[in-house]
Amino acid sequence: MTATTHDTHDDHHHGPPAGFFKRWLFTTNHKDLGVLYMLFGLLMFFVGGAMAMVIRAELFQPGLNLVDPHFFNQMTTMHALVMIFGGVMPAFTGLANWLIPVQIGAPDMALPRVNNWAFWLLPAGFVLLLATLFMPGGAPAGGWTMYPPLVLQLGDAFPFLIFAVHILGISSIMGSINIVATILNMRAPGMTLMKMPLFVWAWLITAFLIVAVMPVLAGAVTMLLTDQYFGTSFFNAAGGGDPVMFQHIFWFFGHPEVYILILPAFGIVSAIIPTFARKPLFGYSSMVYATASIAFLSFIVWGHHMFTVGMPLAGQLFFMYATMLVAVPTGVKIFNWMATMWQGSMTFETPMLFSIAFVLLFTIGGLSGVMLALAPVDLQYHDTYFVVAHFHYVLVTGAVFSIMAAVYFWLPKWTGHMYDEKLGKWHFWLSTISVNVLFFPQHFLGLAGMPRRIPDYALQFAEFNMISSIGGFVFGLTQLLFVYIIIKCVRGGQKATSEVWEGARGLEWTLPSPAPYHTFETPPVVK
Amino acid sequence: MPGHRSPPIRNQGDIRMSTQSKDAYFVPEDSRWPVFGIPGIVLLAIGLSVYLNGGSSGMPMIVIGALIIVIMTVMWFRDVIVESVTGKYNAQVDVSFRQGMAWFIFSEVMFFGAFFGALFYARVFSIPWLSGGDPETSRFLWESVTLAWPTAGPGFLDLDYTVMGAWGLPAINTMILLTSGVTLTIAHHAMKHNDRKKVIWGLAATVGLGFLFLSIQMYEYVYAYQELNLRMDTGIYGSLFYLLTGFHGVHVFLGALTLLVVLLRVMRGHFTAENHFGFEAAAWYWHFVDVVWLGLFIFVYVI
Repeated sequence: MTATTHDTHDDHHHGPPAGFFKRWLFTTNHKDLGVLYMLFGLLMFFVGGAMAMVIRAELFQPGLNLVDPHFFNQMTTMHALVMIFGGVMPAFTGLANWLIPVQIGAPDMALPRVNNWAFWLLPAGFVLLLATLFMPGGAPAGGWTMYPPLVLQLGDAFPFLIFAVHILGISSIMGSINIVATILNMRAPGMTLMKMPLFVWAWLITAFLIVAVMPVLAGAVTMLLTDQYFGTSFFNAAGGGDPVMFQHIFWFFGHPEVYILILPAFGIVSAIIPTFARKPLFGYSSMVYATASIAFLSFIVWGHHMFTVGMPLAGQLFFMYATMLVAVPTGVKIFNWMATMWQGSMTFETPMLFSIAFVLLFTIGGLSGVMLALAPVDLQYHDTYFVVAHFHYVLVTGAVFSIMAAVYFWLPKWTGHMYDEKLGKWHFWLSTISVNVLFFPQHFLGLAGMPRRIPDYALQFAEFNMISSIGGFVFGLTQLLFVYIIIKCVRGGQKATSEVWEGARGLEWTLPSPAPYHTFETPPVVK
Repeated sequence: MPGHRSPPIRNQGDIRMSTQSKDAYFVPEDSRWPVFGIPGIVLLAIGLSVYLNGGSSGMPMIVIGALIIVIMTVMWFRDVIVESVTGKYNAQVDVSFRQGMAWFIFSEVMFFGAFFGALFYARVFSIPWLSGGDPETSRFLWESVTLAWPTAGPGFLDLDYTVMGAWGLPAINTMILLTSGVTLTIAHHAMKHNDRKKVIWGLAATVGLGFLFLSIQMYEYVYAYQELNLRMDTGIYGSLFYLLTGFHGVHVFLGALTLLVVLLRVMRGHFTAENHFGFEAAAWYWHFVDVVWLGLFIFVYVI
């Protein structure tokens, strides 16, 4: 193959094609697709958020008040599926699409058409998934983990659920193959692996995890499908199978999945904290190795989701110790972020505030995770609100906060305008206070024995549930402010400079704000 | 194009927009085909769901959806082939394609991993536990049953079926697939030496052996259903047997189809001794399918 390159379409070089549909439907531009991904994530954040509001409204007071219990179960299940596959993952993938090429000096992603396909598969999957809400028998209601035999009692929605998971899986696999290929093949000369921004590193490892475990989920739900319609016995003890086997296969996917939801957040925070501390990141290479270690450990800890299901003692011990090991590389990261801030000349713009809150609140979620890792005490915590509190601390104040931090951090680069700093701070403080009012009491509820996925509860849980619901409503409403700030920033505002932030380092800050439609058509040299 | 990473093209520090230069990156044009396929995928999924729920309108949706997906695939690849043979791609694009294919095959390996995992779990854990290895399980479910792989499970002890033997047709099929790997490698070497006639024969033999494998597999299924009473609902053994060999068969079909397209492209002279990644990608896939079969043959048929 010759080394020459020809692309003679000048219209393609200088700006987006004319025409709304031609631009947004057929686009292979990483910035367009990044925007589409992020807007889709934002939309699903509100769809899933609306479901959360239903949950918190029902739990505001004891008793069956607003919705029927079956619908409540549909809400808990769909809330999880929508937030994971529709909210957090697309938002991170959108950030990856927009940022990775400009951070490594590439003109675009390695496989731009695959990129387009991967994005448009998402609405396809969600058409199927959300349509189940209107079907006889209702939407999936047995929990997002889809455990058999309960999930097999689902009505007409069952095959729609399975195929939606397949389509969303294909979407994330294709998106991730593209990300890995981009990072390994499209770096500018001089951009060695160990010079890459940590966001790129985090996504390289995340994408590897996605390519490794999404097919396993596809296999698991395929077995559910054949058990339901073709008489197979994978999860049926009468045929020599085992319903617990589903849980093993599911969590072999599921545990790496939760790190898929947090590793990009580590990358984002590792970009923001050094900027506003005006110091280089402390321990760059240890950050890389810690991320890789977390990814490796994620493959051998799935059993900690199943301590109460029944498992040989040796298995319990193995999964317990392996899980506790995860705290070591995670601790490395936390201390590195703290050391980066140490004696820095810090300022506290909105992205920095969200990042500091991330470090603090994610650590709370991480520590409750260590508590849950202990097999003997997990027998008490399992399936209680303690678990709900734990994973919402890592997912909301972890993943979602990092996404918000990233939006504020890079929004000037995307739009060319500074966002409204005052409103941003309002958004931060309202979110941070309300999210703690929302989730912190759930620790106490869980320790006191309140089970999760229950529409009604005993009277002694009333106060904490009411407090939690009030926090939830405030947190939900506050996010409307987030949308307003984004719209306001897109429409205008103070012009952003190329560098945007005083302490910003990296290739994306050498580009004008807003960055042109095509960047780095010839490779920059990285020293 | 050898498999190693080609050195990146150097350009001295110019990050301004340049129009055309030899050193520019290649960025493909936008394309309507990925989006064109999306309604097909939605239609196929809805059609399958309606069909499985017993609705009568499922089948037409499946057919139309599948048709749209086929059109998408053909047209998308057509664009790529045109761009490739008109020399638009540079060495970096080639590496991107290689990376894409390699990671795609890795994801396929993990997909099969789920089913092999189920096989090992059933054999190592669930069946021994059900037959007394775990006292609680056997006390509450089926007391004092003795199960040994291959089994249809404790609920189907009176089921009369025969296990598929390894050393008849399956062994022949193993030889067929292994031979197809050899013929494919012969074709690859011929490709590198510009011996087009030999490439065509090697590829034709590979595709032929692939379809022969599939025919024998189909015959084996009919035989299993009619003579052995070995069915998909024959407990965990039947489940694993049909899903593992079935998904493998689908992959053989897709691999053979891809090789067939490659064969047609060879006949049209699309490839050169240096530049034939389309061929290599199909070959990688074929070897992957071969390796999966070896695992299958050992763990499903022999042991």
